[in-house]
Amino acid sequence: MTGPAATPKIRMRGVRKAFGSKQVLDGVDLDVGAGSSMVILGGSGSGKSVTIKCILGLVTPDAGEIEVDGVNVLKLGRRDREALGDRIGMLFQNGALFDSLPVWENVCFKLLAQNRITRAKARDRAAEVLAQVGLAASVGELSPAELSGGMQKRVALARAIAAQPDIIFFDEPTTGLDPIMGAVIDGLIVDCVKKLGATAVSITHDMASARRIGDEAAMIYKGRMVWTGPAATLGHSGNAMVDQFANGEREGPIQMELRR
Amino acid sequence: MDLVLNPLAALGRGVLGGCRTAGNVALFALEALSHLFRPPFYGRLFLRAFVEIAYFSLPVVALTAVFTGMVLVLQSYTGFARFNATGAVANLVVLSITRELGPVLAGLMVAGRISASFAAEIGTMRVTDQIDALTTLSTNPMKYLVAPRLLAGAVAMPLLVVVADILGVMGGWLIATLKLGFVSSGYLKATFDFLQFDDVISGLVKASVFGFVVALMGTWCGYNSKGGAQGVGGATTTAVVTSSILILALDYVLTEMFFAQ
Repeated sequence: MTGPAATPKIRMRGVRKAFGSKQVLDGVDLDVGAGSSMVILGGSGSGKSVTIKCILGLVTPDAGEIEVDGVNVLKLGRRDREALGDRIGMLFQNGALFDSLPVWENVCFKLLAQNRITRAKARDRAAEVLAQVGLAASVGELSPAELSGGMQKRVALARAIAAQPDIIFFDEPTTGLDPIMGAVIDGLIVDCVKKLGATAVSITHDMASARRIGDEAAMIYKGRMVWTGPAATLGHSGNAMVDQFANGEREGPIQMELRR
Repeated sequence: MDLVLNPLAALGRGVLGGCRTAGNVALFALEALSHLFRPPFYGRLFLRAFVEIAYFSLPVVALTAVFTGMVLVLQSYTGFARFNATGAVANLVVLSITRELGPVLAGLMVAGRISASFAAEIGTMRVTDQIDALTTLSTNPMKYLVAPRLLAGAVAMPLLVVVADILGVMGGWLIATLKLGFVSSGYLKATFDFLQFDDVISGLVKASVFGFVVALMGTWCGYNSKGGAQGVGGATTTAVVTSSILILALDYVLTEMFFAQ
């Protein structure tokens, strides 16, 4: 963890994004310290995914600033943006594995795409990374469609860490998994992030997962960050919204929006 | 008053929407083409798309060409017999096939196969976040998914049309000699004497344009698909319909251009 005066690894200020008339992000402020693991919580449609898509450059914000290592990424040129992308890994909610490629090519996709490795060496590297996530080298020869949900998540994690990024994003890493497999994936995430010394940003609904993988947590509600604090305090943070969400309570300041 | 203005407003919105879509497709094509001249180049993806178009479309294009040639001989023989002009059957068949039917029918067949396949594959990648994943893996999706397919479409279609031309003429020759009593050597001589280099070239230029359009509409519709399985299904349908209509419309435009020469 860095001291309070250090430049945050990721800094967002006043980030706004609307899709048509729907204001999804309404001035998001967020600091993520270098080497820390931040978990962003929030209900469906609260803007969690859009927040990380803005950092990743998949969505362009309407207003605001996003800095990585003190550099405003929204003002970067194409080459600098690509160079930044080389330092980032991402695990998508549904894995987003390329079903036209075998597992080993999925794992080493970035290394192969940038000609940082030969195809022969990529197989060895894939076996190495697959071992880190608890999969046998033989899995590398399979197609993603032949894998179970848990194995797909492990392969997606392997792909996210294969190029040794220094920032990794996890989008709902345990969604769709049974509790034991969810705990296994969380354990792998923590191990891999620590081993790389990377900064991690995760979004999740799963409180057990948030407590396991997060050092810090932030809660987004109606497009704004309403709370930031230690992940260990989730459920007894003193913030009524966070505690209602973390404890899954029906009554509280957060009201489900029903379409009439 | 609203009864008059509402249809006009709807028409105006439709025209503006059509113009906007045409502009977006043109920008999409230009961006994809620009990636053909900037490294990295994905030769393997080009080869994969080329094989998909040229090799796997061969049976359907070949069958279409053979039967078209056979029907064309029967129809033209029936018509020309009324004017004692059956000697022109071979000329008509070879001209029709090389200039028009070869490229257009092969284009329509490939539109059904390839446009749909590209739209479905890329559309599925879109709705399952695979295209976003490409971006996060430092790979430009336009360069990786679109540019190789456009190039493969433009290169593979002329080769398919060469095969379609040969098989179409052979289909006609088969029926002319076996069923209508033409002398084989005479029919073939009439075919090749009348055929000019420009006839074949104009057909191949059309084929290249049609191949590009088929690949363009397939990739564009897939790339912009939304809304899960239903969206991918809609993108696939739109790709086939628009590429088929564009083939027929562009056929007229290109024929007009060649005819003017």
